[in-house]
Amino acid sequence: MTTTDPTATAAPPVGDDLLVARGLRKSFGSVQALKDGSVTVRRGTVTALIGDNGAGKSTLVRCLSGVHAPDEGELLLDGKPVRFTLPEQAQAAGIETVHQDLALVEDLTVWQNLYLTRELTRGLGPVRVLDRRQMRARAAEMIGSLAVNVPGVTQRVRRLSGGQRQAVSIVRAAHWGSSMVIMDEPTAALGVQETARVEALIRDLRERGLTVLLISHNFEQVLRLADEVWVMRAGRSVAHRHTAGTSGEDLVGLVTGAISA
Amino acid sequence: MTATDNDSTGRGAPSLVEQPGGSAGATAASGPGDGQQQAPQQRTLGNRLAAAPWAELAAPIGLVVLVVVFSALTPTFLTGGNIQAILAASAILVVLAVGQTFVVATSGIDLSVASTMTLGAVVLGQFVAAGTSIALACLAGVAAAAVVGVVNGLLVARGKITDFIVTLATLSAASGLALVVADGKPQPVIDRFLLELASGGIGPVAWPVLVAIVVAVGAHVVLFHSRFGLRLLATGGSEEAARKTGVHTARIKTAAYVISGVLAGLAAVLLVARVGAAEPASNTSFLLNSVAAVVLGGVSLFGGRATIVGPVIGAVLLTALANGLTLVGVSQFYQPLAVGVVVAAAAFLTRFSR
Repeated sequence: MTTTDPTATAAPPVGDDLLVARGLRKSFGSVQALKDGSVTVRRGTVTALIGDNGAGKSTLVRCLSGVHAPDEGELLLDGKPVRFTLPEQAQAAGIETVHQDLALVEDLTVWQNLYLTRELTRGLGPVRVLDRRQMRARAAEMIGSLAVNVPGVTQRVRRLSGGQRQAVSIVRAAHWGSSMVIMDEPTAALGVQETARVEALIRDLRERGLTVLLISHNFEQVLRLADEVWVMRAGRSVAHRHTAGTSGEDLVGLVTGAISA
Repeated sequence: MTATDNDSTGRGAPSLVEQPGGSAGATAASGPGDGQQQAPQQRTLGNRLAAAPWAELAAPIGLVVLVVVFSALTPTFLTGGNIQAILAASAILVVLAVGQTFVVATSGIDLSVASTMTLGAVVLGQFVAAGTSIALACLAGVAAAAVVGVVNGLLVARGKITDFIVTLATLSAASGLALVVADGKPQPVIDRFLLELASGGIGPVAWPVLVAIVVAVGAHVVLFHSRFGLRLLATGGSEEAARKTGVHTARIKTAAYVISGVLAGLAAVLLVARVGAAEPASNTSFLLNSVAAVVLGGVSLFGGRATIVGPVIGAVLLTALANGLTLVGVSQFYQPLAVGVVVAAAAFLTRFSR
């Protein structure tokens, strides 16, 4: 087991609560995918959400990002109650999500994906046309600022490798997410090298003061990157730990239920 | 997965560098869909050959072949008068095909375009028969067609019914309604404005051709230079991704069907002007040709990739084909057969673009 940065994990982080979810429930027909989704994310930290397949992680994430409206439960952002029923509402609150499927349109170019729904326009009065040049230039800056190398913003996403696509989706979230970035298994589909790069990117975001909620079922990765961990089992949030002083075996036990929370 | 060299990657500039190409889908390069996209810089020769935009080229190549063949067969084909005739005759189909393109770009299909046009024409005719001004009659025709578009859009986007079924239903409903409204009889429409629309123009360019050009240019600007256009292509490319990114996909899809309806209404005005009457005829060939023009134009039926110029050239090609066959003296009965062969050939060519 390794740690990311001794100064970061030596003591529990002291940031205030940015996002608090309590008792979120979500059913699809007769299937209760989420029975008690609870998580607290402190400002400026990387918080991990772990659990087995089907534990409800992705459903909880989709409730936080406005893709699903929770049936019940409480969501506080900066201490104020919020309710997201559409992705744009979460976006407006500064929460961006790197979905497991990345939510990129393959037929569009990199810059089009980065600016979709935030298009820059120029023109007079109500007659607005897309400012393509500006968007291309700024998209290239976005990519450059995170030191990810995507082969040109005019490339269609279809032409990019898995790691490059992941990078585009992360760049988009990091750029527009003014308060928080949620990443749903950002390395699940990646190879060893690409995983290392994405992990470096996540550390970089944290260095910049962004708050990250990381969904993963790679416990080693969680211990490397996160400050705190929330554990889900069978649709419920069952445990909360600081990664400092927690071992991989502890996490395995919590996820499987061998260790009761 | 195990820890991968985590400390060395710590602060160093994280990069996801990788050479492009070599990955799956690397051949689907600069197809249509991005009006003025720059050619990607890093491309090998092999890549470029494999990535030749066959879908985009099918219609222009086909048109050139037709022109060469028919002008060899008959000297009349490439005369100024005949070119004017072809363009004027293709205007209605161009307008319908542009509307169809918007719907197909959302990965839908509008089977009701021709019936909607018929309904618009009949409503126009009834208003003329009732003695209203021609402006009001035209407006009523377009409005009636727009209503069909709204119904299509709401049923597909909000009702979440398959586009094919919805527009098959409105195809039938609109043509039935046209028969009811017209009581099954054609209504002659003698009007100076429509006569001028059908026979006049600016210099050698007939009014219907100008209307088609304005529609095509406007559609191109909307599709490739507006927020709406980008969101429409995103919706067609991946509805799920677009929705998660905050696009109101239902609204976008509804709008696409409304655009198709309005353009069918505009086509109805051109049709009534051309025929000199509002007929509750079924106009099925316009439906088939509008879809054929879109396919010829290299627009992906899966949505997300489209051009306007492609379907426009496709529509001109189909009209030129009918014109050429008539000039050469081939029976009308062979024309649908020829259209079928051309569309199949285009689809075959398009196969190589992915």
